[in-house]
Amino acid sequence: MAIAGAPEQEHKGEQTMSTLDQTLLQLIDLAASHFRVPATELNPDDDFFKKLKINSLQALDLLTKLETHFNVELPDYELQGVTDFRTLADRIQARL
Amino acid sequence: MEPYSGKTLSWSQTDETIELRLHHEPCNEIGTATLAELGRFSELLDRTELSAHALIIYSEQPQGFSAGADLRELYQGMQALEITARQDGVRDFLLGIHRVFNQIDAVPVVTVAAVHGVVFGGGFELALTCDMIVADRTARFCFPELRLGLIPGFGGIPRLKRDLGNSLVRDLLMTGRSINATKAAAVGLVSQLVAPGEALRVARSIASQAAKFDRTAARAAKQFIKPIPYAEFQEEIRIFCELMGKPAVESALRRFVENSGPQPYLP
Repeated sequence: MAIAGAPEQEHKGEQTMSTLDQTLLQLIDLAASHFRVPATELNPDDDFFKKLKINSLQALDLLTKLETHFNVELPDYELQGVTDFRTLADRIQARL
Repeated sequence: MEPYSGKTLSWSQTDETIELRLHHEPCNEIGTATLAELGRFSELLDRTELSAHALIIYSEQPQGFSAGADLRELYQGMQALEITARQDGVRDFLLGIHRVFNQIDAVPVVTVAAVHGVVFGGGFELALTCDMIVADRTARFCFPELRLGLIPGFGGIPRLKRDLGNSLVRDLLMTGRSINATKAAAVGLVSQLVAPGEALRVARSIASQAAKFDRTAARAAKQFIKPIPYAEFQEEIRIFCELMGKPAVESALRRFVENSGPQPYLP
């Protein structure tokens, strides 16, 4: 909800931030559910390969789940160098 | 057809359906052992007056249908060889693969690839030899060869052009990205998209349905609708072998083989 007198930029920033946070939360929940680890043990800046103890084939499996859940197409070359949940959420957000 | 239980694959026939099961750990990488056993299978297809009406190819490996060519074997095999000898060795291997894949492509029965998980490179090319692909929702399709300084060498691009619009073919080839089964179904690469774990059951249902129809008519329909681009395969082999002589390929293969991290299949 817009706050009277608030600069448009701040309102826009608040809206973007909360949407990204929602994406991040959903991503962590999906990863936790898919790999059967408690979501409370996963943090946004964790290296998901190490934390989830997965390899790239398993990461591709997660990618499929994410694409289906968020209804996006996420070229895997855009994930080059991406190892933490926060950056992955950012990549997903860019496609929504 | 008599059943066979091999090191990398097995086959059996039940009623009018032949099933070819891939079970080479870790993910049905296609190297000399698989080629040898596929060769036995395809020779039987060629020589036997088949009582079968359908062939299903599927994988028993949980990670997927096939991760493609055995890159470790390829890299190790090229180490002791000069460039010309490497190219000659690769050419012989490719000719063997093409012989087998062409026989499967042309076999006068309905062929179905029932896929899940990773369908990469040579594995994708094997699936493309079939009349149709049934994929469960875990399947991902990819031609990663350009990441290695190569092009697909098992007939993949001519076969993919047979089935898809060229823009997407170029995208897949030149970015080396993977696409999920939903996308693959949307563009017509996958003819039936099913729930995880259901691809084989659905493939058997297809085989059962196809068995109801006159075999002569089915053979004629298949020959009419599924041309085999033999001339393009020859050009593909020539280009592949030429690229094998470049230093970029050995570097890329070394990086893949020596990668002890968790990300070798990501770009």
